[in-house]
Amino acid sequence: MEHIRLPKVENVRLLDRVSPRRSRVGTLYLTATHTIFVENKTGVRNETWVLHSLVCSVEKQAAAASGCSLLIHCKNFQVLHFVVPREQECHDVHLSLQRLSQPERHTELYCFSYKPNVDEKERCQEWDFLDLKADYSRMGLPNSLWKLSPVNQHYKVSEPTDSYPADLFVPASATPPVIVGSSKFRSRGRFPTLSYYSKENHAAICRSSQPLSGFSARCLEDEQMLEAILRSNPCSDFMYVVDTRPKLNAIANRAAGKGYENEDNYSNIKFQFIGIENIHVMRNSQQKMLGACELRSPSMSDFLEGLESSGWLKHIKAVLDAGIFIAKAVAEEGVSVLVHCSDGWDRTAQVCSVACVLLDPYYRTLRGLMVLIEKDWVSFGHKFSHRCNHLVGDPKEVSPIIDQFLECVWQLMEQFPCAFEFNARFLITIHSHIYSCQYGNFIDLKLLRERTHSLWSYLWKNQADYINPLYRPDHSQTQGLLRPSTAPYCFKFWRGLYNRFDQGMHPRQSVEDYLRAIREETQQLEEQLASHKQVGPGVVYIHDKNYRKVRRSSQAIGGRGGIQSKEKPIESP
Amino acid sequence: MEFAELIKTPRVDGVALHRPFMPTVEGTLCLTGHHLILSSRQDNTEELWLLHSNIDSIEKRFVGSLGSIIVKCKDLRMIQLDIPGMEECLNIASSIEALSTLDLLSLMYPFFYRPMFEVIEDGWNSFLPEDAFKDLESMTDEWRLSEVNKDFSVCPSYPPLVAVPKYVDDDTLKKAATFRHGGRFPVLSYYHKKNGMVMMRAGQPLTGTNGRRCKEDEKLINATLRPGKRGYIIDTRTINVAQQAKARGGGFESEANYPQWRRIHKAIERSNILQESLIKLVEACNDQSHSMDRWLSKLEASNWQTHVKEILTTACLAAQCIDREGASVLVHGTEGTDSTLQVTSLAQIILDPACRTIRGFQGLVEREWLQAGHPFQQRCAQSAYSNSKPRQEAPSFLLFLDCVWQILRQFPCSFEFSEGFLVLVFEHAYASQFGTFLGNSTAERAKLSLPEKTVSLWSWVNRPQELERLTNPLYEANSLVIWPSVAPQSLLLWEGVFLRWNRSSKCLDEAYEEMGHIIAYNKELQNKVNSLRRQLAQLETEDPLLQSP
Repeated sequence: MEHIRLPKVENVRLLDRVSPRRSRVGTLYLTATHTIFVENKTGVRNETWVLHSLVCSVEKQAAAASGCSLLIHCKNFQVLHFVVPREQECHDVHLSLQRLSQPERHTELYCFSYKPNVDEKERCQEWDFLDLKADYSRMGLPNSLWKLSPVNQHYKVSEPTDSYPADLFVPASATPPVIVGSSKFRSRGRFPTLSYYSKENHAAICRSSQPLSGFSARCLEDEQMLEAILRSNPCSDFMYVVDTRPKLNAIANRAAGKGYENEDNYSNIKFQFIGIENIHVMRNSQQKMLGACELRSPSMSDFLEGLESSGWLKHIKAVLDAGIFIAKAVAEEGVSVLVHCSDGWDRTAQVCSVACVLLDPYYRTLRGLMVLIEKDWVSFGHKFSHRCNHLVGDPKEVSPIIDQFLECVWQLMEQFPCAFEFNARFLITIHSHIYSCQYGNFIDLKLLRERTHSLWSYLWKNQADYINPLYRPDHSQTQGLLRPSTAPYCFKFWRGLYNRFDQGMHPRQSVEDYLRAIREETQQLEEQLASHKQVGPGVVYIHDKNYRKVRRSSQAIGGRGGIQSKEKPIESP
Repeated sequence: MEFAELIKTPRVDGVALHRPFMPTVEGTLCLTGHHLILSSRQDNTEELWLLHSNIDSIEKRFVGSLGSIIVKCKDLRMIQLDIPGMEECLNIASSIEALSTLDLLSLMYPFFYRPMFEVIEDGWNSFLPEDAFKDLESMTDEWRLSEVNKDFSVCPSYPPLVAVPKYVDDDTLKKAATFRHGGRFPVLSYYHKKNGMVMMRAGQPLTGTNGRRCKEDEKLINATLRPGKRGYIIDTRTINVAQQAKARGGGFESEANYPQWRRIHKAIERSNILQESLIKLVEACNDQSHSMDRWLSKLEASNWQTHVKEILTTACLAAQCIDREGASVLVHGTEGTDSTLQVTSLAQIILDPACRTIRGFQGLVEREWLQAGHPFQQRCAQSAYSNSKPRQEAPSFLLFLDCVWQILRQFPCSFEFSEGFLVLVFEHAYASQFGTFLGNSTAERAKLSLPEKTVSLWSWVNRPQELERLTNPLYEANSLVIWPSVAPQSLLLWEGVFLRWNRSSKCLDEAYEEMGHIIAYNKELQNKVNSLRRQLAQLETEDPLLQSP
């Protein structure tokens, strides 16, 4: 509370980005966790809540006659433009918000003050909702080829960083000395370990960081480690090593004593560069792309030029292309793949998880996607706090790596509308909460399980909101490997995420909501018919107690063009 | 002339046909007067029947004695025929070229086509101006149907019957016609039942450089205004283009002579620019280089989406003037046969729920495009693969369909028809067995006796099995005005036309099918429950014991 210089400002205007006529006047309140704008219009209680941890930047513009502008950019891509009547007030709000949106200590994070009405026992259970071990046993592990390694049980190997999970799967033939030796030859100790195993053909996806090869260094244990991975795939006589970086970047790393595998030193590997750009390029690209989204009444050319010059879709394509390469190697060639970049927690996480989505229908279900994020991102040490700027820190560490993964999934959903159990809202909600710090999942701190809530069980409880009505587990589209097209014209701009809050831009009627209402209605009809059958033939009885009127919801905005709610055609008997 | 003269080699065996997303077919290639046919002569393999009039251009390639002809169609499809033998290949190519560029309308396929289906309703009589006027009469008595153009002498591109203000006589119309480009005097395009406002369309006024005026023209359009009310003139050209038109005898309505009207200029491009835009867009879509930068910059450079945005914006403006401002509107550009019609027809899609039904849309195309004198024959003579310099070709109508698709995407439940219907109309506008889109005006159609000698597309569409196929399963009548978003983020590339042959649509089709299943199953259960309810009600009346206490 000590950071709030001014708890309340009156006569603040909230401008509408598209049409200035629609701006609203109200009171701005600053609380410990939210900034709240309450419109003063009699009869309406219109509130806009902004979570401080979602605030990305606060910009105060030069004072004008009408007041002083305050521009707030949020991490969920909401942009708010307030006009505060007096400059001093604007100044105070500005400073308060800047401080409130950049917590310095973990304890200030929203997840520690977020207290939904859930008792302690239930809260603890939330954290048991996902079990990664169960996912590995779903893959058929451990087996004779892959074993659970005790080597990192107490985070001993991966020091100085403890960025690996305790439970790691390694080739059965990899002995502890080989693992420890390999670990010492890899950036931050991140030795090759299993990410995904295909029980159909024994091919596996492994991940690591770059080797400390410099210009000529070798490590026998590391070479043995890769050989062990190859041996764990009895059907294949070679494996791919995929360096997801552009070749130039990898070469530059050699000067720093890092680098990439020399094909001559490792037996039976095929080495491949993929060329995904680094976190800095991605950060700048997203900034430029968002700039194009925010243009005021842009022409078509302004927007398309902005989109092109941002390079954003090019990067999305690069990530997806890499995922496809790996998925095909595993599913079609039956060849194992070792993936790395520099530290193996950004591009590697993206590419491994995209490959998993392509390969395994399970990861295209609600629970499966959560497991996947938990596995390839959370457990393998993606630096959410840095990348999402949870705490005040180095702005150069911020990068939308996870956004790109979620977008890749969205692009796939656009191409395979029946193959995913979840809808785009699910991805957008996950995105929001990765940044909101409302849940403890994406904050790397030991105390979290004791004090915070888990996003996954929240999503699971509300799964009705996230179900794709077109999904059918038995649909041919749902089965096996997805083979998306990556021709440039197959990539779309994700308006639903990046222009999420520009309501006027979205379709005024949602096919998905319509279908969901239909399915709900169908279910009720099925129940009615079933209860009739229970009573038996000859007696006509229609169970009507649980009958609710289904209003086919619409996303009518501003009351225009919505679907009129449809009364049920059935009258009561 | 006999077609046989043009067909040098009527038949070649051992021809391989390559089509996008379909297995290669080997078989016999036959050329007839109107079709290119490839048949494997086996059961279960689909034959290719391609109308010569659908061929936009061809390209020949030779590798040794194997020749290939790449056939580029007006519906944007590209197919490849591998023909053994150099001479056969050359003969086939020159025959296709000759047959696909026949100028004589009376040789076109619609004059030879005999329907293989039962015509339930003759589409040529489905949308007559007098019937449309009956609907208008039921709403207002301020308009009359004038026969001033019954022999097409006042305006060759207008139909014989046009709706005009009741108290404006035919002499006034004749004089006004001399003051408008192509004789296209202002006529009624749309009557907005909600508030009685109207939309009219015309050709540009012929003011010339010395500011000619025409009292009759002023009287005619002022007759549509309510006392004390102002109207809007939407000129689809920029003020600069409109100024330049004066030098060629055209121009625009000056404030001085039309004080009751506010003029707004928009920037819808003209025909040759649109044609170039289409060519560039299709080239971008066919570029196989797979570089994202290149694709986006080519898409941008084609300007197609810019045209879509501009046309939609202007249509929204017209609709806004009518519905929001409660004002009447006059729309024109230069000739009044292209951008004008795009705007008036799209404004009706926005304003009038009837135009969003299958039949209503056919009526709209009839009224605002065919009878309004859009020169289909000229505009659709060539499509995106044309090698020759465009003369009067322009994708005005395709742009209109694209805009309708954009609105459909934004209001997926408010249209009775599905995307497939729009694609079908696009295909038939460029090449068809039906006579609907032949000719440039009602006068030309009458001269060719099209209604007597050819079948109407609407005769084919308006049969139960076709209607079912073209119906949007999500449709629920929406009586409201629907305002589309014209933000660049909201406007998409029409994949169903422009990427149709470049990417497999299998998964999207499956999703559409799945949607149909969900809705059909729901309807089935509803029917079951309803019939049980009826049974129950019947039992209750028959057996008093069953009635609740």
